[in-house]
Parts: sequence; structure tokens; C-alpha cells
Amino acid sequence: MAILNVNPTRMELTNLKRKLTTARRGHKLLKDKRDELMRRFMELVRENKALRQKVEAGVREANAHMAVARSTMRDADVQTALMLPMQEMSVSVGEKNVMSVRIPVFETSLKTADAADIYPYGFAFTSMDLDAAVQYISDILPDLMRLAEIEKSCQLMAAEIEKTRRRVNALEHVMIPQYEETIKYITMKLDENERSATTRIMKVKDMLLKEAIARRIEGDPM
Amino acid sequence: MLNNANAPDAGAPFFEQSPNGLKLGVMGDKDSIYGFASVGLNILPADNGAEGTKLLRAVADDYAVIFITEKLAAEMDAELTRYAERPTPALIPIPGVTGNTGLGMRNVSRSVEQAVGSDILKDT
Repeated sequence: MAILNVNPTRMELTNLKRKLTTARRGHKLLKDKRDELMRRFMELVRENKALRQKVEAGVREANAHMAVARSTMRDADVQTALMLPMQEMSVSVGEKNVMSVRIPVFETSLKTADAADIYPYGFAFTSMDLDAAVQYISDILPDLMRLAEIEKSCQLMAAEIEKTRRRVNALEHVMIPQYEETIKYITMKLDENERSATTRIMKVKDMLLKEAIARRIEGDPM
Repeated sequence: MLNNANAPDAGAPFFEQSPNGLKLGVMGDKDSIYGFASVGLNILPADNGAEGTKLLRAVADDYAVIFITEKLAAEMDAELTRYAERPTPALIPIPGVTGNTGLGMRNVSRSVEQAVGSDILKDT
């Protein structure tokens, strides 16, 4: 592992140690975030799968009836029948914060009070298959909305989990080892400097001592 | 409006418009989507990927949810991924009259793969 390109000084050492502490704390927090996000995501995605199966079955059923209705009725009649919906749906979007992922919450409200009042046409000129299709779609609608909410949440959370996982890995396998190695390198370098300074001083002292002894021998022969 | 649709950047506020009063829509071939008109969803007819892309860019900011038939969604996959990181609109594939292609389920599996690394919920 490559070490950082820094001067081996005490100041750098202190800085690096501080950075390492921060990196370790960040790593721990991000790991916790990833685990919790993952837990929530798994819950949500299981529900997503079940709901999707249900919704797909419902829509398929509605489509089958619709196809029959369209084949027995004239195109214009079908359009006229469905042109003016009885119910108008409006949606208000809230947001929920899950581990700093902002996911949308859809709240739907129907304009007409009577939820059973779903047929926007008289029964005289329409096929009964059209009724069935409308009934199926109306039944599946709350699930459709829930599916939209959950599926969007899953997508957003999946993206966030991926990002968090990358960050955790980068910290764990790149940043932290790099800091550790650099700290080790600086420490060894500083120790080495200290040892060489000590040796030099000893050597100098030795030389001075020898000189002094030589001078004394010269100046004061026995 | 078109500019907003073209530049979904992360720094923008969560909702560019009021969060309320957003609409619900269904996009796809006419046969598949007309039934949804009866329950008050807006109809966005588009027969192929190019049409759908154009339409989607024009209306994306007004809609909270747009259900798209799987057949159409498959044709405009690249466009759909542009909206993946935005909270709205939620683009949800549904089966059309031509049947269920399994695209919706594959998308769910793709999310799992993205998050976990492999699809651990396969066949459960």
C-alpha cells in the first residue's frame, strides 16, 4: 500500500493521527447507516415483490376484459363512455426521511365521496365487460399507488445503499490503511532521526574526549 | 419546463414546484391505457419509445406518478434511468394488453442487485 506523499515531521504526524480518528469514526457511522438501510430495503423490497405480483395479476385481468369490451363495442363508444371520469384523483406528495434518503409519500384523494360510484357511463350502450374492466382497475388502484410509492422508494434506497457501500469500502480498504502506513512511516523516520542524532552526539563527545586526553598528554608529560 | 426536465441536478430543491396538485398518469398504447381514464388518471398516449420520450420530457414535472406499459418502458429504458434518482415522477411499469413481459419484476431485481450485489430474493 502506497503511503501518502508528506514530509516526515511531527506536525504531519499529529495531523494524520487526527485524520485517522475521523476516518475511523466516519467508517463506523457509514457502516451503521449501510446496515440499517439494507435492513429497511429488504423489508420494502419483499413487499414490493408481493405487491407487484398482485397488481400485475389485477391489471392483466382488467386488460383481458377491456380487450373483450373493445371488440364488442365500437371504438368511439368506448372512448365516449370513458371520456368523463366520475372520480378525479388528486395526489399530494409528502416526503419521508429514511436514513437521510428522502422518499416520496403519495396521498391520494378521490373527488367523489362514494367510492362505489365508479362507472362514468350509463349501462345502456356498453358491454358488461367494460364494467368488469373498470371494476378491476378501480379495485387495484390503491395497490397501484402503494406500489408506485414502494417501488420508487426501493429505487432511491438502492442507489443510496450503493453509494454508502462504496464509501465504506473506500474508507476501509484505501483511506484508513493509507493513513496507518503513513503514520507508521513517519514514526519510524522520526525514531531513526533521533537515533542518528544520539549516535552523532556520542561520536562527537568521544572525539572531544580523545582530543582533551591528547592535549593533556602533550602539555603535561609525566 | 423543458429545461427542468433536462437538468435534474441534485442541488435543486426537493420539489421544483408545489408538492401538491401533482397529477397521476398512464402512458402507453391506447388499448392498454384507456381503462385507467375511468378512475381519473390522465391518459398519455404514446405508441413508441421516441414518442414516449418526447412526451415524458414535456410533462415530467407535473406528474407524481406515471404508470408506463412494459412494452413502452422497454423501448425507452435509457430515458427512464434519468428519472431514477429523482423523487418524482415515479415511473412504474405495468403490463399492457400485449401481456406481461416481466420487465417490472426485472426492475425490482435490478434494485436488489444494485443494493446487495446479487439478487438474493430470486425465486422466493
